[in-house]
Amino acid sequence: MDPMNYIVLAAIVFTIGAVGVLVRRNAIIVFMCVELMLNACNLAFVSFARMHGNIEGQVIAFFVMVVAAAEVVVGLAIIMQVFRTRRSASVDDANLLRH
Amino acid sequence: MNPLPHTALAAPVITTQPPQIDYALLAPLLVVFAAGVIGVLVEAFVPRPRRRAVQFTLAALALVAAFVLTVVRVALLPAGGAGLTVASASIAVDRPTLFFQGTILVMAIASLLLIAEHRHGESAFAAQAATVPGSEEERAHVLAGSQHTEVYPLVLFAVLGMLMFPASNDFLTMFIALEVMSLPLYLLCGLARRRRLFSQEAAVKYFLLGAFSSAFFLFGIAMVYGYAGSVNFAVIHDTVAAGGAGALPGGGPLLLLGIALVGVGLLFKVGAVPFHSWKPDVYQGAPTPITALMASGTLVAAFGALLRVFYVAFGGSVAEWRPMMWVVAVLTMVLAAVVAVTQRDIKRLLAYSSVVHAGFVLTAVVAASAEGLAGAMFYLAAYGFTTVGAFAVVTLVRVHEGGAESGDIASWAGLGRTSPVLAGSLALFLLAFAGIPLTSGFIGKFAVFEAAVSAGATPLVVVGVLSSAVTAFFYVRIIVLMFFAEPAEARPRVLRPGRLTGAVIGVGVVATLVLGVFPGPVLDRLSPAPGAGTAEAQSVPGGFATTADLFANR
Repeated sequence: MDPMNYIVLAAIVFTIGAVGVLVRRNAIIVFMCVELMLNACNLAFVSFARMHGNIEGQVIAFFVMVVAAAEVVVGLAIIMQVFRTRRSASVDDANLLRH
Repeated sequence: MNPLPHTALAAPVITTQPPQIDYALLAPLLVVFAAGVIGVLVEAFVPRPRRRAVQFTLAALALVAAFVLTVVRVALLPAGGAGLTVASASIAVDRPTLFFQGTILVMAIASLLLIAEHRHGESAFAAQAATVPGSEEERAHVLAGSQHTEVYPLVLFAVLGMLMFPASNDFLTMFIALEVMSLPLYLLCGLARRRRLFSQEAAVKYFLLGAFSSAFFLFGIAMVYGYAGSVNFAVIHDTVAAGGAGALPGGGPLLLLGIALVGVGLLFKVGAVPFHSWKPDVYQGAPTPITALMASGTLVAAFGALLRVFYVAFGGSVAEWRPMMWVVAVLTMVLAAVVAVTQRDIKRLLAYSSVVHAGFVLTAVVAASAEGLAGAMFYLAAYGFTTVGAFAVVTLVRVHEGGAESGDIASWAGLGRTSPVLAGSLALFLLAFAGIPLTSGFIGKFAVFEAAVSAGATPLVVVGVLSSAVTAFFYVRIIVLMFFAEPAEARPRVLRPGRLTGAVIGVGVVATLVLGVFPGPVLDRLSPAPGAGTAEAQSVPGGFATTADLFANR
């Protein structure tokens, strides 16, 4: 199978994630969509590594996984804190900072 | 499953040579990182009452040591403008790197002083961030005098990311640096002591938008990697310069897509329109000392990274990215200046002002020349000092003694009569923002606009000057309000500056004046030595070898 197909798949998954961030209102779902985008990036890296015949892309994918894990820790801590205060994780409710 | 085409089956070549690491060149990064790790251990092992003093001393010593090491490293560089790369060419140590790192460290030390400032045992940070605002639990922690000393190691990690960001010589290191810088800042934004709902909301917004933008940045990196087969800036530069030799066949669109997406990620961190929407909210909601750190250190780091990526990695495709930067620079200077006029909160106003300033620096980026680089570096250093000083002033004007900060600009009326020194310093900072002669802001603007004009971007400079005029209007309005208006009924209480805050304001005032009156020594050092690289510049179309040569891309 042509590895370019995986790049197309990665682009589609990335787009789904990006649209999800823009249209969904729950902070947790928005966050999951961001993770989806990062995973689409990983797929693209690994596919390009295969096409170029070098290992750099695969190494990057591992680093991205670690970063994504760290981001989950920080992100969920922040979202939890807001949820405990407001009993809601909707990004629409977070509108105090508007003039 | 069909077999892959022959070319795609090429076995990966894995070399296992241990990398050569010159620890002396990495020393400042290692010192800051070690201090951050020790700071985490201090949280675990040092008794609670002594933690703050230990953490502050540790952080201050580490930042000062890192600054000294940064200055010492200038002597380690080879003469003639070239730089060095360290750790398998993943970090570049050259003159722009050292300048950006030195600037970031000075800003970080100033912000650290604001962070450490205490008044009646209260800092700018929540007593216990895990408690629900307004709850009994929170009150108990406030009465017990709890404090988050974790703030210090978090700041050190963020500063480590800032130091790495403009020094990265490949996209992987740059992405890691971006996250190391951003993740602690997301947390720090949510730790304000007062107006905790604002602060938490700022943290959520910053986090979600920041993660969103770094996903774009990463996808852009993937596209560039797909084009060039490497994320190293020198390899990408050579592949682009060789007209795509060695690149993926038919990969031209990948490069364009990559430039655009990487640009989105970096312009978000810089806060340029249309990626600026987080800035006013986050600057307003975050604890003011953290806002000072973000407005100075993060901005310098992000511009350092932006300049390195677009001048070195994409230095061969200036014609492709220049139109994009043009549009962003014009939008940033015009829209942010217009919106800033309507702001009524001082921190939001300073945030929009920071967006406008990002637009001015972008005009130097558009120049894509050695002068542009020098102008941008001077501008960022000058702006950093001024903005830290301005936010230091903001921390002192409170609704009442021991209350929240009084952000409403209308309530600052008559401040010049009650506290002339403080209002005078703020007036000086605002004049520097507006770019009035004899302040650092004027020299900075002159340097970036001059670079843009000599690169043929005169229309951009016309927009920039008009935008300056609009911004000058609202800076002067605040000065008039402070000095010539009758004091408001509900006058804010102006706290006596503590030793730390006073020092920061003093340094801001001195730097703003000195860089404005005697900019020569700094500007001369930043400008490329006459004749350096010109021979090569003539042999390369467009003359961009000079720009890439200023960075250590080999």
